[in-house]
Amino acid sequence: MSLADTSQTRELAPSTARDVTGTSHLDDASLRRFLHGLPGVDEVGAKARAADLGTRSIKTTSKAWALDLAISMVDLTTLEGADTAGKVQALCAKAVRPDADDPSCPSAGAVCVYNDLVPIAVAALRGTGVKVAAVSTAFPSGRANLAVKLADTADAVAAGADEIDMVIDRGAFLSGRYLQVFEEITAVAAACRANGAKAHLKVILETGELVTYDNVRRASWLAMLAGADFIKTSTGKVPVAATLPVTLVMLEAVRDWRQQTGQIIGVKPAGGIRTAKDALKYLVTVSEVAGADWLSPDRFRFGASTLLNDLLMQRKKLSSGHYTGTDYVTLD
Amino acid sequence: MANQIFEYAAAPESRTVVDIAPSYGLFIDGDWVDGGTDSTRFDTVNPATEEVLSEVTAAGPADVERAISAARKAYDQVWSTLSGTDRGKYLFRIARIMQERAREFAVLETLDNGKPIKESRDFDVPTAAAHFFYYAGWADKLEYAGLGSTPHPRGVVGQIIPWNFPLLMLAWKIAPALAAGNTVVLKPAETTPLTALLFAEVCQQAELPPGVVNIVTGDGETGRLLVEHPDVNKIAFTGSTEVGKAIARSVAGSGKGLTLELGGKAANIVYDDAPIDEAIEGIVNGIFFNQGHVCCAGSRLLVQESIADDVVARLQRRIGTLRLGDPMDKNTDVGAINSAAQLARVTELTAAGEAEGATRWSAACALPERGYWFAPTIFTNVSQAHRIAQQEVFGPVLAVLTFRTPAEAVAKANNTPYGLSAGIWSDKGSRVLWTADRLRAGVVWANTFNKFDPTSPFGGYKESGYGREGGRHGLLPYLMSGAST
Repeated sequence: MSLADTSQTRELAPSTARDVTGTSHLDDASLRRFLHGLPGVDEVGAKARAADLGTRSIKTTSKAWALDLAISMVDLTTLEGADTAGKVQALCAKAVRPDADDPSCPSAGAVCVYNDLVPIAVAALRGTGVKVAAVSTAFPSGRANLAVKLADTADAVAAGADEIDMVIDRGAFLSGRYLQVFEEITAVAAACRANGAKAHLKVILETGELVTYDNVRRASWLAMLAGADFIKTSTGKVPVAATLPVTLVMLEAVRDWRQQTGQIIGVKPAGGIRTAKDALKYLVTVSEVAGADWLSPDRFRFGASTLLNDLLMQRKKLSSGHYTGTDYVTLD
Repeated sequence: MANQIFEYAAAPESRTVVDIAPSYGLFIDGDWVDGGTDSTRFDTVNPATEEVLSEVTAAGPADVERAISAARKAYDQVWSTLSGTDRGKYLFRIARIMQERAREFAVLETLDNGKPIKESRDFDVPTAAAHFFYYAGWADKLEYAGLGSTPHPRGVVGQIIPWNFPLLMLAWKIAPALAAGNTVVLKPAETTPLTALLFAEVCQQAELPPGVVNIVTGDGETGRLLVEHPDVNKIAFTGSTEVGKAIARSVAGSGKGLTLELGGKAANIVYDDAPIDEAIEGIVNGIFFNQGHVCCAGSRLLVQESIADDVVARLQRRIGTLRLGDPMDKNTDVGAINSAAQLARVTELTAAGEAEGATRWSAACALPERGYWFAPTIFTNVSQAHRIAQQEVFGPVLAVLTFRTPAEAVAKANNTPYGLSAGIWSDKGSRVLWTADRLRAGVVWANTFNKFDPTSPFGGYKESGYGREGGRHGLLPYLMSGAST
């Protein structure tokens, strides 16, 4: 099922949510009853499972395949105050052709920028197949009123962003105002589809601020109920970003959501994934927890910047037989 | 990029690190000796491929006599004259050499036993070394063991170990025995002698005084000779309840100390408020770790009836991701059944389960042509009265039963002649503690399973045996209070 299909059904998010939660009226209490009724996550057990998946030995042909897949899943990201047109253009060039010497190297999945740089990225990536993702809704803190957040989103969508990465209001979530979080997501999802646009929506949970795995599970379900196309771990702007156990819990959520509704929702771990070895552990986890249907850039992305170079170095090593160094991959 | 399955290419561990001799004698009095005229020879086989790995000796009465004399002489003249600190030094040395040769031990264990290299490498060998490190530290602190200020060793101990964790069971036996000042004659299991024989090399490398450790390979008959010999002061046995009972009868009235670590039919209790995904992992680990060849395996799943269908469905999906095959491949999760005889037992009991009316489900995995293999299997619609709910299968076969209330869970869990271990899965701490208080099992795991540590005493209630291994309690069977006689 491609993303275009899900956007149709995502418009019915409130009624789907009522069906899935088994309630006639969505409010904080009914959402709380549902979310807090989900099975708990045992932290020690979840970490142990993630560690165990990390012991898989991925070699030779499967390693080559996985490296290429991982490259195609990278959302190459620059989200700095100092970003300029030049910086974004360099990143876009890298995303399209990561390895100047090897045209067989896949392009990255997307470039992710702040919304005022979306027009630069759109122009640079036109016709290449690489998507433009924009962060939005007062990224990274999410601390602004809804009107501001929606204006932020509309702006990026109008400029041509293919994908919107929004943040949830963690203050609202942690104080139990689940309906507010839900309604903000549905409003942003609507903005992604306004005026014929078909931007798809990633919902950033900011798992580092949610802290407990139970919260991660609940926030995942809340985002899916509200119409997320992807659930994403982090902004990359707080100390604790993506971890394998957190991603494991989110993969369990999308797996169970599909079991219940038939819809496939994607997952994006972001921040802190620096090595190819780590990326492969994530792919093993996707494969063994959610399943092969998620092994595609339509369903899984890595939010990263330095990861791409490590993937390239590993790729070169596999094909040439020896390691190169950081001088042989570009800094963008 | 089109969706594809993530295939894991072969990731074999190399065999070249081990050097298996075409044949082995016995390790007695610090050296390799051929078996006497009443000894015989037999093959040890790789259960994954049925290839013969080596030919070993089945010690006869003269050999056993010789080994015990060597142990007695070493005890009287050398080992009992050493200080605890000096005994500890030998144990530290052995522990370090085991770690240095860890890869060799892991590969050899996998070849001889059939368990996945991932398990030998990450669990068996490190835990075995850890036991030696732990008990090395006890050697000079025996006055704190709880038997007064001058406890003394029993003397010569005879130890018989099983085939499921060959090196680890050896460590559980030899480490505390030596730390307490005893000397040892150990008989490894018939189908898995090789890591014990490599351990003998380590004893030589550590320059352990001759006769302190003696390894006599052989079968049940060799074991019987060891048990019945009058100059053995204590017997330690891990194995089946049936043989354990025979040993207890044999030893009765002889004055020999005895500890037994026998079978189990552990209940893994999953309450409706369990952390479901982690509980599934615990169930899978509980019964499929080491192909279910575990005395404390969670071989009965007791699941609250209201969530039973969901749990079984999730279990079946999860079992679908287990990889069964070449134990030397680093990605293998489920290895070979240890022997043709064990495979026959597992097959027979599983057939009995079907005949009794339980519903069988087996993982759809291709079994290799050669070797002894059994696909992970679950039985649902099992009742307490079924053989598969009562008898230890000792293979990758799970019996699923349901309960309605916590009291019923406890009653069903305890309703077995065994009492080795149990698991409890619930997010509610008070329920976990309430249940643990009432379970008659020597080891209870809460929201986890198969966790072992050299500091933690392990052993059973009822027909699972008596005595403990690990921790201070593991030292006690090897010591007596008061002055030596």
